[in-house]
Amino acid sequence: MTTPIVSLTDAGKSYNKLDALQSVTMTLGEGEVLGLFGHNGAGKTTMMKLILGVISPSRGQVAVMGMAPDSKEAWHCRTKVGYLPENVSFYEQLTGLEVLTYFAKLKGFNKKQAIDLLEQVGITHAMKRQVKTYSKGMRQRLGLAQAFIGEPKLLLLDEPTVGLDPIATGDFYRTVDQLKSQGSSVILCSHVLPGVEQHIDRAMILSSGQLLAMGSLAELRHQAALPVEIKAHGLNGAIASHDHLANFISPVCSQTLNVPEAEKISVLKTLLGFDNIEDIHVESANLEQVYQHYLALHAQKQQAKGQS
Amino acid sequence: MKQILTVANKEFHDGLRNRWLVSITLIFALLSVGLTYFGAAASGEMGITSLSTTIASLASLAVFLIPLIALLLSYDSFVGEQESGTLLLLLTYPLSKTQLLLGKFIGQGSIIALATLIGFGASAVLLYFQLEDNAIVSAFSLFILSAVLLGLSFTAISYLISLSVSEKSKAAGFALITWFLFALAFDLALLALLVGVEDGISQTGLTQLMMLNPADIFRLVNLAGLDSSDVNGALAVAINASLSQGQLITALTAWVAIPLTLAIFIFRRKKL
Repeated sequence: MTTPIVSLTDAGKSYNKLDALQSVTMTLGEGEVLGLFGHNGAGKTTMMKLILGVISPSRGQVAVMGMAPDSKEAWHCRTKVGYLPENVSFYEQLTGLEVLTYFAKLKGFNKKQAIDLLEQVGITHAMKRQVKTYSKGMRQRLGLAQAFIGEPKLLLLDEPTVGLDPIATGDFYRTVDQLKSQGSSVILCSHVLPGVEQHIDRAMILSSGQLLAMGSLAELRHQAALPVEIKAHGLNGAIASHDHLANFISPVCSQTLNVPEAEKISVLKTLLGFDNIEDIHVESANLEQVYQHYLALHAQKQQAKGQS
Repeated sequence: MKQILTVANKEFHDGLRNRWLVSITLIFALLSVGLTYFGAAASGEMGITSLSTTIASLASLAVFLIPLIALLLSYDSFVGEQESGTLLLLLTYPLSKTQLLLGKFIGQGSIIALATLIGFGASAVLLYFQLEDNAIVSAFSLFILSAVLLGLSFTAISYLISLSVSEKSKAAGFALITWFLFALAFDLALLALLVGVEDGISQTGLTQLMMLNPADIFRLVNLAGLDSSDVNGALAVAINASLSQGQLITALTAWVAIPLTLAIFIFRRKKL
């Protein structure tokens, strides 16, 4: 890997005394997709703004394509960065095409490219209509088309799938995969989460301006040591009476076993040894569970700190 | 420069689309043609009145209308885009804050300037065909020039408002107060000062005070050359100690440049 597209070194941002983002260190390589997760006010947007160069860090360094994004030298790099803000409502009286043409021109492109982009996101049929007649999904697509102007090397997408129907969401993730294969780096910002897992290389979890965890999903799962959920059908009471397996029975459901990752294979082997087994369902902890785990851990730490 | 023009072009087309240009032009044209024809109705005459009466009545109406229109047109320029999220987005583009502000100013300024030119120009043409007096051309040129500057000045002032508040409704409120202060309250205060405090203020002092209000400078520009019988109030006093037209126009231009520079300064320091 050559120079990273984005690198943050102990970068943080404070407003007056409030730490919107505590010191964060991270890098994003070429063609990498990073998921940025956290509640409202967790510092996601602040981090995005730092990378976009709209605000300057209070401490530490931010570099995008090797330059400080808030500096004059980084000016021309801005054409190579695409951004979809959360809750943007475009000029309502303009048509979709007019909106996109305006933004394309500001990046040095023309109307033709704007039309191509509208086709890519699938709202060509409505491009001559005023934006105020658009549905939420169509507005979101227009926003995405805006972020895709000029085949950006770096894309920052804040809640990109809000308001999209499942088909459009699928289309969107396909576009992300495509951009990734072309070497673009993407930062996806989201509350949560289903469907996003297969499309991100790494996840970053933020809470109240603090970086809680960062790594690939497998790494995070490993760190969190969350159990694998195994459901076996057809065994009835056999599990409960088995010495070893009985330890793992979930408190919620007697058919379900919560097994540590390390024990997974041995448990599966034991289960397969039963003659009357009908079906086995194995599910590793998903992103949402990992996310909840880190948030709960953080809350516990805060509480402990408050008490001491 | 290309960026500035892109923004200006968009703002100008917004003005066309929202029928701002058409409505302002129409208001100015109806007003000025009406005053040209019926300005003397009060004194029992009909038909075209004298040039000085026309300019005097036009100026005293324009001084209320133009600031109001300029403030209405531009008060939400920034706070509106901030609320809808496009301001943040625009600033991630290769577009500096100064470019964005100047682009908006050129776009919206053109709307005001064009409306003033066409609206008041219409009655100038009408008057010229009726009277065929060359004085009309010079008087109206000065009137239109100063009216455009007055409009631009209040456009810049409304940017100051739009950049200093965080909600659109607040911006509207401040715009209204600003209008009231400059168009009405300032003059009343001056008058009170003149009448209430004996020897409180010299003529020169009064004229200098008037430089603090672009609306008063506009009045001075247009009324100074007229018969004083058409002018009354604090102005009549000030006119006797008047500055030259060149100085007045310079002062009015300063009232465009200074708020605009200040707006750029505030915008640059604004947190998003």
